[in-house]
Amino acid sequence: MIALKVNGKKHEVDVDPETPLLWVIRETLGLTGTKYGCGMALCGACTVLLDGEAVRSCSTPVSQAAQKEVTTIEGLSADMDHPLQKAWIAEDVPQCGYCQSGQIMQAAALLQKSPKPTDADIDNSMSGNICRCGTYQRIRKAIHEAARMTEGGRK
Amino acid sequence: MNGMLNMSRRDFLKTGAMIGGGLILGFRLPAGTTPAEAATQTQAAAIPNAFIRISPDNTITLLINKSEMGQGVYTSLPMLIAEELECDWNKIKVESAPVDPVYNHTAYGMQMTGGSSSVWSEYDRLREVGAACREMLIAAAAQTWKVPRASCRAKKGAVVHSGRKRLTYGQLADEAAKLPVPAQVALKKPSAFTIIGKPTKRLDTPEKVNGTAVFGIDAKVPGMLMAVIARPPVFGGKAKGFNAEKTKAVKGVSDVVQIDSGVAVVADSFWSAQRGRDALEITWDEGPNVSLSTTEMRTQFAELAKTPGKIARKDGEAVQAFTKAAKRISAEYEVPYLAHACMEPLNCLVDLRADSCEIWTGTQFQTVDRNAAAAIAGLKPEQIKIHTTFLGGGFGRRANPHSDFVVEAVKVAKEVKKPVKVVWTREDDMKGGYYRPMWYDRLEAALDEKGKPVAWQHTIVGQSIIGGTPFESAMVKDGIDQTSVEGAKEIPYAIPNILVDLHSPKIGVPVQWWRSVGHSHTCFVVESFMDELAHAAGRDPYEFRRGLLAKSPRNLRVLDLVARKAHWGAPLPKGRSRGIAVHESFGSFVAQVAEVTVDPAGKVRVHRVVCAVDCGNFVNPETIRAQMESGVVFGLSAGLYGAITLKEGKVEQSNFNDYQMLRLLEMPEVEVHIVQGKEKPGGIGEPGVPPIAPAVCNAIFALTGTRIRSLPIRAEELKKA
Repeated sequence: MIALKVNGKKHEVDVDPETPLLWVIRETLGLTGTKYGCGMALCGACTVLLDGEAVRSCSTPVSQAAQKEVTTIEGLSADMDHPLQKAWIAEDVPQCGYCQSGQIMQAAALLQKSPKPTDADIDNSMSGNICRCGTYQRIRKAIHEAARMTEGGRK
Repeated sequence: MNGMLNMSRRDFLKTGAMIGGGLILGFRLPAGTTPAEAATQTQAAAIPNAFIRISPDNTITLLINKSEMGQGVYTSLPMLIAEELECDWNKIKVESAPVDPVYNHTAYGMQMTGGSSSVWSEYDRLREVGAACREMLIAAAAQTWKVPRASCRAKKGAVVHSGRKRLTYGQLADEAAKLPVPAQVALKKPSAFTIIGKPTKRLDTPEKVNGTAVFGIDAKVPGMLMAVIARPPVFGGKAKGFNAEKTKAVKGVSDVVQIDSGVAVVADSFWSAQRGRDALEITWDEGPNVSLSTTEMRTQFAELAKTPGKIARKDGEAVQAFTKAAKRISAEYEVPYLAHACMEPLNCLVDLRADSCEIWTGTQFQTVDRNAAAAIAGLKPEQIKIHTTFLGGGFGRRANPHSDFVVEAVKVAKEVKKPVKVVWTREDDMKGGYYRPMWYDRLEAALDEKGKPVAWQHTIVGQSIIGGTPFESAMVKDGIDQTSVEGAKEIPYAIPNILVDLHSPKIGVPVQWWRSVGHSHTCFVVESFMDELAHAAGRDPYEFRRGLLAKSPRNLRVLDLVARKAHWGAPLPKGRSRGIAVHESFGSFVAQVAEVTVDPAGKVRVHRVVCAVDCGNFVNPETIRAQMESGVVFGLSAGLYGAITLKEGKVEQSNFNDYQMLRLLEMPEVEVHIVQGKEKPGGIGEPGVPPIAPAVCNAIFALTGTRIRSLPIRAEELKKA
């Protein structure tokens, strides 16, 4: 049994400790907002926060998440009022939408570290996340927008 | 595909507009009959209303018959209905339509999404559906109030009378559902539109930013198992035998079954299935394609290109014109196989029972998939129920004429007799075939003394996408697969002698339509070679094209617009240059100017792309912008990185490390300018893709003098010595 805390909720999961965190989140816990894209930490679709750090859950054994706080897209906010979600809606970012959970979680980690990221910060932080629909220009804009919202105290 | 037309617009109107709070109304209700008469014949089908459901709480659910794969149809198609329905836009919910002939493509006669055709093909029907529904609601109100119908009007989800009486659509739905569907409805003039043509935010964004949007890979049913399939390492191979001893020792693995496309490992979780597959020992019969190599194919293609092919277009006498010309220029171009590489790898969930089969998948090809599933399951097509989920990208891959990913999953379900979801790993998806074909093109042109092109010959070599599919009879004419020559056959430039011919070698690599299909290579070739002609004539590439487009005003208009917006000809910082390209595809016209730099190592960086688009009388300008941005990125990924190669029959690429995508730090600034056209709507999902590669390569030539004739662009070609 592995003890997990996901989006503030405690779980005991009976899985092989080598199982990637991704599949435990998706299949054992049923939180399917986190996506499988490559299985090799190459695309970022599976990004979640582990104690606030963005990790690729497809390449993180579940054992490494034990005793840590896991945050998935479902746990980012209760009512879609996270500045990133609001900015994503304002900029009409998603197209197919498949990569966007990972994009948003990666951006959430970025904003925690750099509340006012520069374009270079965004380049550095976000370039591990592939968007096949090509929404990059809007992602950049939405991150700046979310930073402004946070700064302005609107949440 | 026009040959497949099997239903008129009138038929749709008769059957399309259905309302009612939870009522079941049938399809194919003949105009003038009442639902009561029709109910007896159609209730057996027990399918809810075709396009519109109105709940007592005034929620309006629209059943959309096109698959949402990012291109925005869950917003643009509701806009068509809402324009006429006069409903409250904020009360609209979208569901995917089930599979039924009423949802067939209005021009192609089957339920499908593709060819950038959703908006133009539904432009009239869905407005008529909305108008018919509105008229029924108005009639119901007039009847309730016992007032003349003409004294009532619909406004924002309610019918009002003399400003005093008001009933909401939710209150009227049950009564309206009892009324006959009007045989004819008048549609608004474009000048009266309040929704069509206005920038409108996507309806599906909220669920795509909180993790609740359901893609095929997210679908689940109780007791569902997970499966991965070991497929032959060479196309056309087969498993001769396998040893599953170690596989069955993996915890969670329940079944190992052979199907004709490989060996399926079925388990209680994806991870167990995958580990089980890793442990599987299979002896393969690699089949007839074991020595296939793209390097050798290239040599064969180049030889073929020297010989005359089947003629796709012949204007004048190109061969004679060449002999008299002042200047002759020739060149060979080539592009590789490309994978669609949708972010969501292929997958399909099947719940097969004795007398029914339910399928959850992100598909673009519902009718084809349903029929294929029925054949495998031994059921009637009507017994197959397909739930179309969101598609994590489609780009043509999820419109497989052989229903490969659906058929396979039904076969596995048939073996294990339990609900099962087959998931492709990224590697399975990348190596699984159905690529954009590899192409080799030979071009020759002649210029007169003034530098005017007088002859153009274009020989195309590459596999037919349509050959061997059910669409062959409709889309291959006189041996010419129209998708092989589209964009090359109808070049818009005024050249008196044109010859376009085609070789379609048969090769065992499965090929398929890939976002923009034939245009994905013909535009690169034609627009690059036009640039070569401009330089040979000593002319500016923009002015040179202009001079040949007098008879193609829409091409000319976007070309002029893009040149103006991109400040064509204005000085740029040192080391930066511009390239231009224009192309018509899917009924729309797109011109792009790319600004590039090349570093000393030969790495190309695209900084800015200005894009002008004319897609006629458009619906949602926000969708157009998004799709142009998207097309540019898709085309850049291919132009800068994309190549699927084969060696000894095996695909050499496997994942995003060796099949790379453009990433955020490489994203150019994309600026989109839309022409307000009056013509009928054109497509928008694909036309942004074709012009970017030639625009970039033309800019590279302007900067370095090196002409890129082979994609993807290779740094070695551009490295400073």
